Amino acid sequence: MAEGEPMALEVRDLWTGYNGGPVLEGVTFAIEKGCLAGLVGPNGSGKSTLLRTILGLQMPWRGQVLVFGAPADRRRLGYMPQSEAVDWAFPITVFEVALMGRYGVLGPLRRPGRRDRDVAWRALERVGMADKARRRIQELSGGEQRRTLIARALAQEADLLLLDEPFAGLDAPVQHDLLHLFQELAAEGKTLLVATHDLTCVATHFDHAVFLNRRVVAFGPLREVLREDVLQETYQRHLLLVREEGRLYADHP
Amino acid sequence: MLTILEPLWEPWTLEFMQRALLAACLASVVAAVVGCYVVLRGMAFLGDAIPHATFSGVAAAFLLGGSLYLGGTVAALVTALLIGLLGRRGALKHDTAVGIVFVAAFALGILLASRRSTYTVDLFAFVFGNVLAVGWGDIWLMAGVGALVLALVFLFWKELLIVSYDPTMASALGVPVERVQMGLLALVALTAVIALKAVGVVLVAALLVTPAATGQLVARSLAGMMASAVSVGLVSALAGLYVAYYADVSPSAAIVLSATALFALAFVATKLRARAAARRALPERAPAPSSRT
Repeated sequence: MAEGEPMALEVRDLWTGYNGGPVLEGVTFAIEKGCLAGLVGPNGSGKSTLLRTILGLQMPWRGQVLVFGAPADRRRLGYMPQSEAVDWAFPITVFEVALMGRYGVLGPLRRPGRRDRDVAWRALERVGMADKARRRIQELSGGEQRRTLIARALAQEADLLLLDEPFAGLDAPVQHDLLHLFQELAAEGKTLLVATHDLTCVATHFDHAVFLNRRVVAFGPLREVLREDVLQETYQRHLLLVREEGRLYADHP
Repeated sequence: MLTILEPLWEPWTLEFMQRALLAACLASVVAAVVGCYVVLRGMAFLGDAIPHATFSGVAAAFLLGGSLYLGGTVAALVTALLIGLLGRRGALKHDTAVGIVFVAAFALGILLASRRSTYTVDLFAFVFGNVLAVGWGDIWLMAGVGALVLALVFLFWKELLIVSYDPTMASALGVPVERVQMGLLALVALTAVIALKAVGVVLVAALLVTPAATGQLVARSLAGMMASAVSVGLVSALAGLYVAYYADVSPSAAIVLSATALFALAFVATKLRARAAARRALPERAPAPSSRT
């Protein structure tokens, strides 16, 4: 990383919550450019809320979010919401969903042009959905739905991607394809923050991780933060740790 | 040949039938387009409430001797605004906000209307609709407001699409979701006013909901859904007026029931097609295993 280059994402002392109850309590961490970072923690640890607050969908009570050194600009943030939050019965094609990624840069009244269509099309090719571009989203499998939402995030052409549970409910081969895509994107210089409850996947394939349980327990390169004390503190009773012949195995009971 | 077709042409030789057809088609087209958003966002109740609320404005205008359309428009827009504000940020559940505001507005209309002991025919034309009584002035007004509504849908196509489909992503992309939602309520209000004279307060909801619901069954995109909904709206307007002319029944009721019939056809057809597709996807039934010897 070049000297003085700002962090891709820097979150300082972030507090927020709902109806007076805090969900995030002084969250602080930073991610370097070009990182594939996992955001892990048990259910209710505030992963989705953190992503929503970074995006400005949830108002912070206190604290600061810097994206590439500047206050968060939505146009530099690609977002993939949880799949359950999307109306899959809506009459819309895969291509139209991908094209929505362009709406932010287009602004009001302007229609998507040829370049926007090209970008959306390339995003679909990238996730392997180009051959299904004309399908109605209702006809898609779970993995195809996830890939369509990722294509929309890619079509935003953002440098920082925030992905909420992209692996949930996917079988191993599909998950593997997505991981490969994420690693490629990181190698191209994109920064990815991926919220997931799949600790094993993060442990084996990601470079960085943020361990969250209302506050950040640890963040940084995996070899530094993947420690028993960090896991214990993040997951508390939600994780089963087994030590065997000097190796540590973790599982969600 | 001409004599066989004569019953098809006969109604349209009369000027009041020509006007009725134009008015019914205008109302159906605009309501079908706006109705798509109403159906997709699950606002069918609102589609019923806003037309009812126009009644208070119509009654007030009637008492004051003002334009009934203007009164209806103001009442519809104020109701839409109130519903939007009450339901904002989850202060009240959306359908609760709708329920409170629209019943109050309708009651206000009845209150005002009851001040005049002569509950006049004019006022009731707005409640039950009388498409056979529309004049050229009504038609120009409907066409003007209708063109405005359709132009707004065209201009704000992508905003309305993403806010209806995925409001969270819309905010993430910087689309002003609340303002678009308010704008959509205003479009429903204007549509209600257009459809008032054609089908009346009570039946506007059917023009909004039924054609759009039929479109949703058959189309793969929003534009396709709108095209199907508009076709259903136009066919029901035409069919309804034929039925009304030859059977001497209420045209608004006939138009609405024609739309309902088309919906029922589409519903049964999609169910049958899904069943046929499932049957094709199944392998041939394997022969019964032979008993072991």
